[in-house]
Amino acid sequence: MLGLNKKDTSLLLLVAALVAFAPILLNPFPEGSALAQFNAGYPDLMQRFVIFGIFAIGFNILFGLTGYLSFGHAAFLGAGSYAGVWALKLLTINVIPAIIISTIVAGLFSILIGYISLRRSGIYFSILTLAFAQMAFALAASVLTPITGGETGLQTNLNDPRILDFGVREGGNIPAPSLFGLEMGSSFQLPVAGWLWTFNVGYYLSAVLMLIAFYIAIRIFRSPFGMMLKAVKSNQQRLNYTGLNTRPYMLACFVISGMYAGLAGGLMVAMDPLAGPERMQWTASGEVVLMSILGGVGTLIGPVLGAGFIKYFENIFSKINDNLLHQWFAFMPDGIENVLVAIIHPFIGKGWHLTLGLMFMAVIIFLPGGLVELGQRIGRLFKRRKSDDTSGQTTPAE
Amino acid sequence: MSILEVKGVNKRFGGLQALGDVNLSVQENSVHAIIGPNGAGKSTLLNCLVGKLIPDTGSVMFDGQSVLGRTPYEINQMGISRVFQTPEIFGDLTVMENMMIPCFAKRDGAFEMNAWGSVLGQKDIVAHAEHVLEDMNMADKRQMMASSMSRGDKRRLEIGMCLAQEPRLLLLDEPTAGMARADTNNTIDLLKEIKDKRDITIAIIEHDMHVVFSLAERITVLAQGTPLVEDVPENIKGNPKVREAYLGEAQV
Ligand SMILES: Nc1ncnc2c1ncn2[C@@H]1O[C@H](COP(=O)(O)OP(=O)(O)O)[C@@H](O)[C@H]1O
Ligand SMILES: [Mg+2]
Repeated sequence: MLGLNKKDTSLLLLVAALVAFAPILLNPFPEGSALAQFNAGYPDLMQRFVIFGIFAIGFNILFGLTGYLSFGHAAFLGAGSYAGVWALKLLTINVIPAIIISTIVAGLFSILIGYISLRRSGIYFSILTLAFAQMAFALAASVLTPITGGETGLQTNLNDPRILDFGVREGGNIPAPSLFGLEMGSSFQLPVAGWLWTFNVGYYLSAVLMLIAFYIAIRIFRSPFGMMLKAVKSNQQRLNYTGLNTRPYMLACFVISGMYAGLAGGLMVAMDPLAGPERMQWTASGEVVLMSILGGVGTLIGPVLGAGFIKYFENIFSKINDNLLHQWFAFMPDGIENVLVAIIHPFIGKGWHLTLGLMFMAVIIFLPGGLVELGQRIGRLFKRRKSDDTSGQTTPAE
Repeated sequence: MSILEVKGVNKRFGGLQALGDVNLSVQENSVHAIIGPNGAGKSTLLNCLVGKLIPDTGSVMFDGQSVLGRTPYEINQMGISRVFQTPEIFGDLTVMENMMIPCFAKRDGAFEMNAWGSVLGQKDIVAHAEHVLEDMNMADKRQMMASSMSRGDKRRLEIGMCLAQEPRLLLLDEPTAGMARADTNNTIDLLKEIKDKRDITIAIIEHDMHVVFSLAERITVLAQGTPLVEDVPENIKGNPKVREAYLGEAQV
């Protein structure tokens, strides 16, 4: 289907199904129950899942295929965000032009950075990309204030020109980003028994774009272009002596990857029309590296899993506090309860980074292939069980 | 007719004269060996032919065109393929994928943005790669990861990858170095077969005299960066100058 083989088609359909039903799947616990805390099916977080999924898929096209580790990918996310806000300000509050312009601007920006950074490989490439991103961050926060809004950031205003929205001027409110009038923030809520499911416009727009981005990534992975990129990672010298010019291959790959980041940036401002310099900071660049490695570098689905995993932790674990722990352990004797809370305390709330760090280490050491490898191992375990069973059946005791 | 003309090539590394006034002419459709003791400058000379090094002075003409100042991929696209001293293949790719890459380079040139079609949908490339794999007797290994093969097979694959490009000149840098006798003989047979089957010029750098005398039609002896003699194998064997250059290596 769609020019994909069977395996890739089922992967795409599986992801599509998961994404489509995410508002239900991510809310497994009834409203008001003790575990409702762990529900992730609210629009804000689901939007982040898929938007960072796009960012990570794009990053993985570069890092996973070619092995070139960009440590400045947030610069493209930021460039896309600023471009998106400007489109919302100058053109129209409709998000479609904003998203397209974000992607294009990030692409142009990555031609410049890629052209220079790709003169080096390995650690020097990483350092160059990092340097560029930090430069972009510093410029955005200071010199470029007229364009970026400086430290406070750039946002939409009531008196923005919005030349394409001829005269459509509702009352005294800043218009919210919308898709032909359908506001990104609007949701349809469906209470079923104890559950509350929220279907949000912004989420579904982002989800559709993520599916398209994922589909394009699969095509790239399976294409002759993708094979050349894998060859760059495997043996660049052999590639050169086989008559292939690695430069344009690498630049094309870098720009595609940058455009994915730009798309993610554009979606971020479509959901919330605000862009600040911190979006370009090196911690943001590092985060997408973590997502890819945690999920499984060079795999198709890994980066999406990694993005979801990290965003879940960031938003859910950070919300757990001591009060909540005391509630959970209230059934225990006071002394034990206090000890338990004291032990867990550093790992929750603001300490969620510690938990994430430990898990990251565990993955690197025990699962170099990331969450995807974990899945594969579990899958193999089940298969072995099954084949043991069947072999037991086919050779009955004599 | 000579396909490769090297004239007055000099190359210094700091104070070391690695190549001193090298002249060499390789005839089209011949097998030309370059031999010499370790450190004679054989690899340096080869690197000057493929764009890895640029000679300080002199000229290198391939088929009437200068190769100097061109990058390795451009020189390859002119029709020179190179086999390395230790096999250089794409270890993380399958044997089939390894073979397809040179087929793409042959069909599409140095760069082609084909990010949409699937690799396996390229029927002509698949057929071409399959054909060369069969020629190399490697068809049964097509799904193997290239890095998991024996050294002899890696060498065979690398030579196959070069042949898939149908080069006019094939350069080999000590293709049997570090190989067991059996693998060495296999490689000799393979090269002979290649020579018999196609119109191709082969320039081979070699240390192993057994290999050289089984294959070469002409031999150039290099010593301390300078060609000592150039002749047919029969005359090289008895040449006292060559014996002297190899003194202590007791192979000739
Ligand atoms: N890149 C280099 N830098 C410095 N010296 C080199 C370099 N490459 C080769 N040499 C020196 O040049 C001489 C010839 O080397 P080489 O061409 O590798 O010899 P051969 O292949 O005949 O054994 C040797 O003395 C070697 O040490
Ligand atoms: Mg050598």
